Amino acid sequence: MSATQTQAQAHEHHDDHGPAKGLKRWLTTTNHKDIGTMYLVFSLLMFFIGGGMALVIRAELFVPGMQLVDPGFFNTMTTVHALIMVFGAVMPATVGLANWMIPLQVGAPDMALPRMNNFSFWLLVAAFSLLILSLFMPGGGPAAGWTLYPPLVLQTGDALPLAIFAIHLAGASSIMGAINIIVTIMNMRAPGMTLLKMPLFVWTWLITAYLLIAVMPVFAGAVTMLLTDHFFHTTFFAAAGGGDPVLYQHIFWFFGHPEVYIMILPAFGIVSEIIPTFSRKPLFGYDAMVYATASIAFLSFIVWAHHMFTVGMPLAGTMFFMLSTMLIAVPTGVKVFNWTATMWRGSLSFETPMLFSLAFLFLFTIGGFSGLMMAIAPVDFQYHDTYFIVAHFHYVLVPGAVFAIMAGVYYWMPKWTGHMYDVKLSKIHFWMSAIFVNVLFFPQHFLGLAGMPRRIPDYSTQFADWNMVSSIGAFGFGLSQLLFVYVIWKCAKGGERVSAEVWDGARVHGLEWTVPSPAPYHTFDEAPVVK
Amino acid sequence: MKMVKRAFVAGMALVGASSPAMAAWSDLNLRVGVTELSREIYGLHMLILWICVAIAVAVFGVMIYSIATFRKSKGAVPATFDHNTKAEIIWTVIPVVILVAMAVPAARTLVKIDDTRGSELTVKVTGYQWKWQYEYVGEGVSFFSSLARTSDEARQLDSGIAPASVENYLLEVDNPLVVPQGRKVRVLITANDVIHAWWVPDFGMKKDAIPGFINEMWFRADEPGVYRGQCAELCGRDHGFMPVVVEVLPQDEFDAWLAAQQAARQAASAPAAQTAAATNVENVAALRVANAE
Repeated sequence: MSATQTQAQAHEHHDDHGPAKGLKRWLTTTNHKDIGTMYLVFSLLMFFIGGGMALVIRAELFVPGMQLVDPGFFNTMTTVHALIMVFGAVMPATVGLANWMIPLQVGAPDMALPRMNNFSFWLLVAAFSLLILSLFMPGGGPAAGWTLYPPLVLQTGDALPLAIFAIHLAGASSIMGAINIIVTIMNMRAPGMTLLKMPLFVWTWLITAYLLIAVMPVFAGAVTMLLTDHFFHTTFFAAAGGGDPVLYQHIFWFFGHPEVYIMILPAFGIVSEIIPTFSRKPLFGYDAMVYATASIAFLSFIVWAHHMFTVGMPLAGTMFFMLSTMLIAVPTGVKVFNWTATMWRGSLSFETPMLFSLAFLFLFTIGGFSGLMMAIAPVDFQYHDTYFIVAHFHYVLVPGAVFAIMAGVYYWMPKWTGHMYDVKLSKIHFWMSAIFVNVLFFPQHFLGLAGMPRRIPDYSTQFADWNMVSSIGAFGFGLSQLLFVYVIWKCAKGGERVSAEVWDGARVHGLEWTVPSPAPYHTFDEAPVVK
Repeated sequence: MKMVKRAFVAGMALVGASSPAMAAWSDLNLRVGVTELSREIYGLHMLILWICVAIAVAVFGVMIYSIATFRKSKGAVPATFDHNTKAEIIWTVIPVVILVAMAVPAARTLVKIDDTRGSELTVKVTGYQWKWQYEYVGEGVSFFSSLARTSDEARQLDSGIAPASVENYLLEVDNPLVVPQGRKVRVLITANDVIHAWWVPDFGMKKDAIPGFINEMWFRADEPGVYRGQCAELCGRDHGFMPVVVEVLPQDEFDAWLAAQQAARQAASAPAAQTAAATNVENVAALRVANAE
């Protein structure tokens, strides 16, 4: 009895302890801010590893002829670059932002499942260690493209089981992260914060988390079938044994299409936070934004075969997937119009987060246009698997998702560190990124239309000019990102102190601006009340 | 359909009006190609492109206007509105109408592409790592088509041969596919190892070559000439080095070519058949001797 009492008393006194010291803090932490930071640092590291691979690709493609690498290694680079950027850079960056910001935005003291939060982060580290290890296996790294199509992928050497296990681990990590986010949002919102009062970033992540739970197991199943085809001689995807290589593509893209929205929906959320703050106006059409996000998520499940128009589907199938894909333009259009209407008759200022959001708005829309063009199946018979698609998905992923993530980092970094970043350097970083990203990717539209297939290590001389331009853009973009790291490092070290609100008038846009800057290790021990 | 045609004509006029800049234009845009389907696909492409450009001008125009006008630095006072049901309905409905306008001609072209009936020649294309096999179904002619030796030497790592010095670098083969001009050619596409894709941009289409399955497509080339393309589905180490070259000949030249191929094949197989027969006779004789003993 007395022991219980002592325990209870001890509990009352437990608060206000800071982080543990040294390495142990990071290994064993269950604090959402620490874990968020780790996710963000990890994704930045992966961004540079994946980016380094991209530079190997662009260096080989600088001029026609083979100068640097073996074609097999080139294929490994395209494959692992994509896997790292998708699963190692973009997704963990948005998870990092979610970890940091969702509890702050809904007024919760932490994530609902803090220990699982720690586990899901360290699983990710294990996953990518394995994936990078697979590069050094006999027979070379995975080289069949990030889509891992059989039968080609079954020709991979010892890297195959490693890469697949890495995918399993990364998938498990994502599912845990998603469960944590859903439970936090559903159970830990401050009193008064009804679903339709949640910030858009929280909304988009809630929907993203459901997408993750729905499709990650599908992907895990598909790659497991690859594994049994390879080692146990099942024939899921081999016609000789009654299987079908195209079946894999259907399963993969049933995962793969929602996956691309898993990368872009949180980006929509970030931009929906930033544009109102710097327009000094409430977000236009909040309800419509929520419904548009939900519609996009729903549509993402019924459009997958537009990635495979050339596999020889029956006419009715092609027709269905063409029409369903075109429909996505409607909710996406609503979003773009709403962001524009938010700026309309606002009072705009152009801090770095706003600059990145505006670049997002223009350049993501360009990616949307090329996406609409490729939805038209007969024309896609030309575009498919050319540099046109490479240009398209890089436009939606780099000046789309990545710019939104950078906008988010600049927007919330003063809250994390308590310091304003170096404004001048951050603007240089923005302008260099925005210019070089276009030098890098816009010419790839021309290359694709002129007939250059994707995933080739060498090309006919007619494609020489634009490839050289694109490669110059790539190196410029890559170097600009070193500046990003420097700005972050500098901001973490010191700088001008910021107020709790950070941005003028931000308080009305979210609870995160009501806590001090830097945000204390523990926030919202008592739930705020939202009116 | 009219819209597609109009867009197509506009596109052609743009290409034709500036013949010195023609090379530059063709480096930037989709190829018009030499088949009915490729021209229709080009027309659709231009139609959608211009629709997108029009939408972009409108949307980006409003964005740029907002950025230029509603500036805090110019003392702009923010309005407080946060929705406008009428505007929201309008910008939901208008895109739907535009999409329908795009979908109708696209669906029509799709139906045409799907119709492989009434073909006058059937060629079976089989993808291998890393070459193509062409088989003239029912004609007794088949051969492999691989990257030309000149390109193959130049494309080796640090070969020291400048790609610019090689004619049609990476787009030349030893044995091109030969087809007659103005005839509907049905292509049956499959593969023997991994998935490949057979693509000639001037014919407007590509199709995957999938092991164990046979895909179909068709084309009717209006102009004689040599048309070049590449494998368009990642198929392993030398995916970038298995070009597709199609030579379109007038009907009489094609007939002569096909006859020559058939004759060459017979001549090649005749001595072999004789040798085989002779060996047989010897074997039988030897067997008889053995039996007699």
